[in-house]
Amino acid sequence: MQYKSQAVAMPYFIAAIGLFVGQIIFGLILGLQYVVGDFLFPEIPFNVARMVHTNLLIVWLLFGFMGAAYYLIPEETETELFSPKLALAMFWIFLVAGALTIVGYLLVPYSTLASMTGNDILATMGREFLEQPLLTKIGIVIVALAFLFNITMTVLKGRKTVISIVLLLGLWGLAIFFLFSFYNPVNLVRDKFYWWWVVHLWVEGVWELIMAAMLAFVLIKVTGVDREVIEKWLYVIITLALVTGIIGTGHHYFWIGTPEYWQWWGSIFSALEPIPFFAMTVFAFNMVNRRRREHPNKAAVLWALGTGVMAFLGAGVWGFLHTLAPVNYFTHGSQITAAHGHMAFYGAYVMVVLTTISYAMPILRGRAANSEKAQVLEMWAFWLMTIAMVFITLFLTAAGILQVWLQRVSDTPMSFMATQDQLMLFYWMREWAGVMFFVGLLVYLASFFVKGEAKAVAARG
Amino acid sequence: MPASGPAQAHGPRLAGDLAIWFFILAELLAFGVFFAAYAFARAKNIELFAAEQAALNRNAGALNTVLLLTASYFVVRAVQAAEAEASRQCANWLGGAILTGFGFVVVKLTEYAAAFEHNISLSSSTFHMFYLSLTFFHFMHVILGLVILIAMWNGARQGRYRPGDMNGLETGAAYWHMVDLVWLILFPLVYVIH
Repeated sequence: MQYKSQAVAMPYFIAAIGLFVGQIIFGLILGLQYVVGDFLFPEIPFNVARMVHTNLLIVWLLFGFMGAAYYLIPEETETELFSPKLALAMFWIFLVAGALTIVGYLLVPYSTLASMTGNDILATMGREFLEQPLLTKIGIVIVALAFLFNITMTVLKGRKTVISIVLLLGLWGLAIFFLFSFYNPVNLVRDKFYWWWVVHLWVEGVWELIMAAMLAFVLIKVTGVDREVIEKWLYVIITLALVTGIIGTGHHYFWIGTPEYWQWWGSIFSALEPIPFFAMTVFAFNMVNRRRREHPNKAAVLWALGTGVMAFLGAGVWGFLHTLAPVNYFTHGSQITAAHGHMAFYGAYVMVVLTTISYAMPILRGRAANSEKAQVLEMWAFWLMTIAMVFITLFLTAAGILQVWLQRVSDTPMSFMATQDQLMLFYWMREWAGVMFFVGLLVYLASFFVKGEAKAVAARG
Repeated sequence: MPASGPAQAHGPRLAGDLAIWFFILAELLAFGVFFAAYAFARAKNIELFAAEQAALNRNAGALNTVLLLTASYFVVRAVQAAEAEASRQCANWLGGAILTGFGFVVVKLTEYAAAFEHNISLSSSTFHMFYLSLTFFHFMHVILGLVILIAMWNGARQGRYRPGDMNGLETGAAYWHMVDLVWLILFPLVYVIH
């Protein structure tokens, strides 16, 4: 590793992977609850398990983003981190706050948690993905501000590259849009309207900048392609992401009580949202084809290419499937949405974090790349998890098509619960695909502990 | 015109940066989808579209067409001037393009003011939704184009563009022509064809 302070990334990555395991375990519980309704009831009801599954995902991705930023910013800016101590302190605060929140979800009823944590002072709880107690939300803001201060000060005193500026822009956007989680209007339309400013403008806006910057960083390192070429691509990708993604928020405004023009705006702009993801795929393959060196870390290259493909499929193609208002009229909130959500989050954000970890972790552990044996195992994990996710997505899509047909299209529409009974076969298959994903994850964990001839000691990086 | 740079020895050269062409294609696709949506909506509502279209100020639209075409012509002359190593003229032509571009903005703003006086809004009808959305989306592109033209004008005054070093100027010029091209489809589509 080139800069000593990059080492603070390590605990962030380890925590990210640990929480990832927790997220998948709760995913398996949820998948089973779809078919065995009273599994673990009343200890862990479905709504609690779902909250833990989605909240853990967001938190571990945030750990991943922060770790990635702490790793790549010193190298990009060619200077030590402004304050490694602050970074480490924030790590523990974030981890403890996150763990307490999850424990709170699991141990006390949600309403009790709300009254314990000051929800009557400022009501922010009870909204999907933003379920965190007020105290946790304030904690997130403090951690985010300290993190941004640390990163921004580092960039200010060092070399300014396009990658670090795009990353910074994305991270600042992430923090600023999170502030809308404190705004909870009584009017349900307004509530939903601004709720999407956090949820949509994160994953289809500023997170795309973070993702593009992380991917670009790893690609520069593993391919040795000129920074200039990669930066140009970065400009094109982020412009496309913002132009399509910001007004694309409209695809969430079709049926919540907003004016009708959102159906046109949302459909048109979000129909174009696959373009930046497609550009990212072309970008990744193009850079690897033009590589000027054979980097010993083959696994990281595989993850980088996989990110391009899976993000395009999950976010781009599966998003487009149900983004046009006339289609969404039928598919809204069905298993089609779940299919898209799973593959998009995995393909775009899970994979880009794993790409960065795959590249950075060996270096943080004092070698350019892991042993052949460890890499082969990691690549097995890549394929197991990725193929499992493809199956999860396909089974949920099949369930979704059947659901939409039985419940909303058919001449004799069935009720929601009666329809669910007809989907059991697909839910079972999804659960088995989930087990396969978990096996892939275990293989991934094992790859960190495999010994063997390490590839060349990282000569200053 | 003198051959500019060694690249031309190897056949036709792409004017401007490759990245801007990706960007232009994406922009044209965005407008293309918007135009297709317009056609789709109009086909279901021909009478309403025809009636409300007739109420638009076609003269203002025509004037704006002339202004944008003139600005594009000025930009072409600016590129030619830079290729002839005449930075001063290049800056002057760009200045002309900026003025005519601002002319477009002024005409458009008066048109919007009149529309709002008549309570035309995004929700007043499907046609009005398209009229306001399409023209405003394009309007924002004109604004961005003007920012780029001003940056290029500044560059030309410092003599930054010369034969063999035309990338910045050509890139900006290509963007401006795209803004012009989109208007050449938008104007007949929304204001004239019925």
